[in-house]
Amino acid sequence: MTDSIVPVKEIEEKMETDKMWIIMGPQHPFSHGLWTLKIKVDGEIVVDADPIVGYLHRGWEKETENRTYPKIIPMADRLCYAASMTYTHLYCMTVEKALGIDIPEKAKYIRIVADEVCRINSHLMWLAAVGTDLGNLTVFLWAMREREYFLDLNVKLCGARMTTNYPRIGGVRNDLTELFERDVIRTVDRFEKALWDIIALMDDSSIIVSRMKGISYISREQCANIGMTGPAMRGCGVDFDIRRDDPYDNYDKVDFEVPVLTAGDSYARYMIRIEEMFQSCDIIRQAVQKIQALGKNAPYRIKTPTKVPAGTHFMRMEDPRGESLMYLVSDGTDKPYRLKVRSPIFTNVSTSKVMCQGCRIADVPAILAQIDMCLGETDR
Amino acid sequence: MDTEAVYQKPSEEEVKTLLTEKFPFIEVTGTEPRRVYAKLPKENVLEVCKYIQHNLTFEHCSTVIGVDYVDHMTVVYHLSNYWNGLMIELSADLPLDDLHVESVSGVWEGANWHERETWELFGIVFDNHPRLERLLTPKTYEFFPFRKSYKLRGSE
Repeated sequence: MTDSIVPVKEIEEKMETDKMWIIMGPQHPFSHGLWTLKIKVDGEIVVDADPIVGYLHRGWEKETENRTYPKIIPMADRLCYAASMTYTHLYCMTVEKALGIDIPEKAKYIRIVADEVCRINSHLMWLAAVGTDLGNLTVFLWAMREREYFLDLNVKLCGARMTTNYPRIGGVRNDLTELFERDVIRTVDRFEKALWDIIALMDDSSIIVSRMKGISYISREQCANIGMTGPAMRGCGVDFDIRRDDPYDNYDKVDFEVPVLTAGDSYARYMIRIEEMFQSCDIIRQAVQKIQALGKNAPYRIKTPTKVPAGTHFMRMEDPRGESLMYLVSDGTDKPYRLKVRSPIFTNVSTSKVMCQGCRIADVPAILAQIDMCLGETDR
Repeated sequence: MDTEAVYQKPSEEEVKTLLTEKFPFIEVTGTEPRRVYAKLPKENVLEVCKYIQHNLTFEHCSTVIGVDYVDHMTVVYHLSNYWNGLMIELSADLPLDDLHVESVSGVWEGANWHERETWELFGIVFDNHPRLERLLTPKTYEFFPFRKSYKLRGSE
């Protein structure tokens, strides 16, 4: 540049450039729901980001204070359409803890199977979204096709595809239906082969890989401090999974690996979710074996009192997107005094400033796809 | 026990003794496997949280929760250790005429939005919070909808 006739550098320094706010959303292809991301750009580089949520705030926690405990179960389904089973499970566990009861072994294993089916469902939904965000529509179609088999399993288990309304306080609603064990094993076996096709489609595409690799680095310490949880956290090198390190129900009796990568970039977060789907298949196989060992006539539900003794209790679980927690304050009646939900995405989306800083505008959809946005649980 | 040393994987009993030795005002109300429950006065929240974050390596703040007990309010913190899965539940009572507590978002950045949410829904003010604005409810709201004094129509 030294022998250039035009003194480019000097002109650039003299020019007054303004940083500009760009508003993405609420209706934007990348947002997967109604929320707004304001980004401040310096030319092409993002220097600040400010997410705006709350368009879907229904006062879920306040609504529960006027309902009896069993009536909240279908409401918990509506927290997130893709992970309805885990939220209902979490709610039932919290109330069971407050009641101080232990549920039958069979119910615990059935819940594990249902949870892992739900996790694969949710991750496939995320994979489909990532595919479209990165411009590969075939990934979307293939992932949705695979997801359909798991939705069929939900139908076979409880009659509904998405809002399942299946776990109950004290167990699960119904026993495994006829041939469900056979079908779930067949689906899982088939899925493990089909997933490799999708992985090949993603990883062989140099465009997709280069839009994720080395983008949006977060260190381990920062990741823990800003409150990021779930697969995104394990992609940053935090070796922590509530299923293994703080086990609930019977997760301490099944054997599985927790994938952890230290790369800390967008691609690592993608790899973790893919690997988690394989691990979920393993967990499902083991849990089905344990259910079969317990026999057909093992109890799957116990009767519980309608009134919960006064006190405060909390439970947490590994949701497909991260750590979800419920905190229950009961006052001895048949309605909760206060029920608080900690949604993993609510905190993960608050970190979008850290995730986007220093990246280019075009990378923003690719980065935020790794949050796996769901507004139902963010806004509650 | 040395109360200044850094403990990476403290057990429930260790946390209990360390907290009560260092801060005599803390009342540990119970322990369970991987759970410690404690109560403390609201003036000391920040000091205790700094100690827990740095010396007991609780790197993650799961939630900050507000509860309206009509005669007083309570703030509940759930703090999580990534090395052994331990959780501490801290609760601090606030009298109705002084709903102020020091913000912990300087200790854990992840507490930022939880504190904003607790403020907008309960009116609990977190002092020295970087940006205490409404998050989920519209900016024009001048009331706190999750308080017990705010009745829902219909069933109440």
